[in-house]
Amino acid sequence: MQGFRIVAIGASAGGVEVVSEILEGLKPTCQVAILLVIHIPSTRNTRLLQLLRSKSRLPVIEVDDKEQIFSSHVYLAPPDYHILVEDEDSLALSSDLPVNYSRPSIDVLFESAADVFGERLIGVVLTGANRDGASGLSKIISARGIGIVQDPEEAHCRVMPEAAIGNSASALVMSRSQIIEFLNERT
Amino acid sequence: MSAKIDDLEIRLLLEAIYHKYDYDFRGYSLASLKRRIAQALTRFKCETISELQNRVLHDKISFTELLNYMTVQVSELFRDPEYFKALREKVVPHLETYPSLKVWIPGCADGEEVYSLIILFREMGLEKRTIFYATDISSDALQRAEAGHYDLDRIPLFTKNHRLSGGTGSLSDYYTAAYGRVIFDRTLRQRVVFSDHSLASDASFAEVQLISCRNTLIYFRRELQDRAIGLFKESLPRNGFLGLGAKESLRFSQHDSDFCDFDQIHRIYRRAGGL
Repeated sequence: MQGFRIVAIGASAGGVEVVSEILEGLKPTCQVAILLVIHIPSTRNTRLLQLLRSKSRLPVIEVDDKEQIFSSHVYLAPPDYHILVEDEDSLALSSDLPVNYSRPSIDVLFESAADVFGERLIGVVLTGANRDGASGLSKIISARGIGIVQDPEEAHCRVMPEAAIGNSASALVMSRSQIIEFLNERT
Repeated sequence: MSAKIDDLEIRLLLEAIYHKYDYDFRGYSLASLKRRIAQALTRFKCETISELQNRVLHDKISFTELLNYMTVQVSELFRDPEYFKALREKVVPHLETYPSLKVWIPGCADGEEVYSLIILFREMGLEKRTIFYATDISSDALQRAEAGHYDLDRIPLFTKNHRLSGGTGSLSDYYTAAYGRVIFDRTLRQRVVFSDHSLASDASFAEVQLISCRNTLIYFRRELQDRAIGLFKESLPRNGFLGLGAKESLRFSQHDSDFCDFDQIHRIYRRAGGL
């Protein structure tokens, strides 16, 4: 089996804390690129970036259009744009209408990432109050990538994880510490 | 497997459109196009992209409708108010030194950016010496831009943006409301040339002092971005201004060294060296 290249993570309501925890827990030698969509009001994005940078041991970049993808980096979607995987080496932005009332949308990232990276992709859906990510995660799984969902029991808001599990029977359901462990073992 | 077939079908569709209708989407970002074409498939009730291709090749009306899906662009008046504030406070003082001005808004879509700039120029006393070129590949979009109609429910956002951009008057001075829509004042369009122009296949057509092209280049792959920025380079005199979208930059472009940062935060550049 080929190694993983990308971990795509989507989080919504209550997600900042668990994302910070995951980034803090990843070993600095991890060889994947992390793509991150967090639903958050655009006015708070600067602080979010600072927060993630203070927690993460990998460099955190707010994505510009055609940003190049390097391993061992974290790429955060900017406010008011969707991020998409354009090809093996770069990301693209779009200001098309919100999807699931969200821009950036997790589905948009996951679906485009699944197209390009297939089985070399891990998708992670974390806490949230809407259904974004559910359809993208099933696309990742049908492209033979791995789909992980945060255990609804421990999620700050269980709607998004439950929607993702409901949509993908073969998604792996894990606690945040199991997610960190899994990522550290596989990447 | 099926993703690869989709890719192939999209490439064939784009070739077909290019050869039949002269619209060149071949350099567009595939990731975004895929989503837009998927929406069109639902709308046209087509199972595959090949089926859609067959349809648009033989039916011009379907093509026109597909074109709307492929070029759809949604903006706001004074989107990213800080950008317009930077234009007002930093760029206008330079523009004021010219006796006459030309401004180009490529990919103007439904015209939000056009009206924003004209209002700004009017408020800053520059409108009467300026000609605005508003261009797009979609004639439907150009018609909508020229009509200047927007849904009434978008006005609160437009008004807030205008105020945050440092607007001196009230936005309501520039439109009248009727039947759930607003119509922007026709005098705003007096100095605008709306015209069909493709960044993918047409040439530079005028020397302009300011180009504002925001969130159009994100839909292009890097090679096509280079072509478009090359046109901007040819159209700008030395020290001419180029404004891009909040997350667009020249750092991945082959023309990077032909421009200098003027306001890095708001993505405003100036033409270096040159003519």
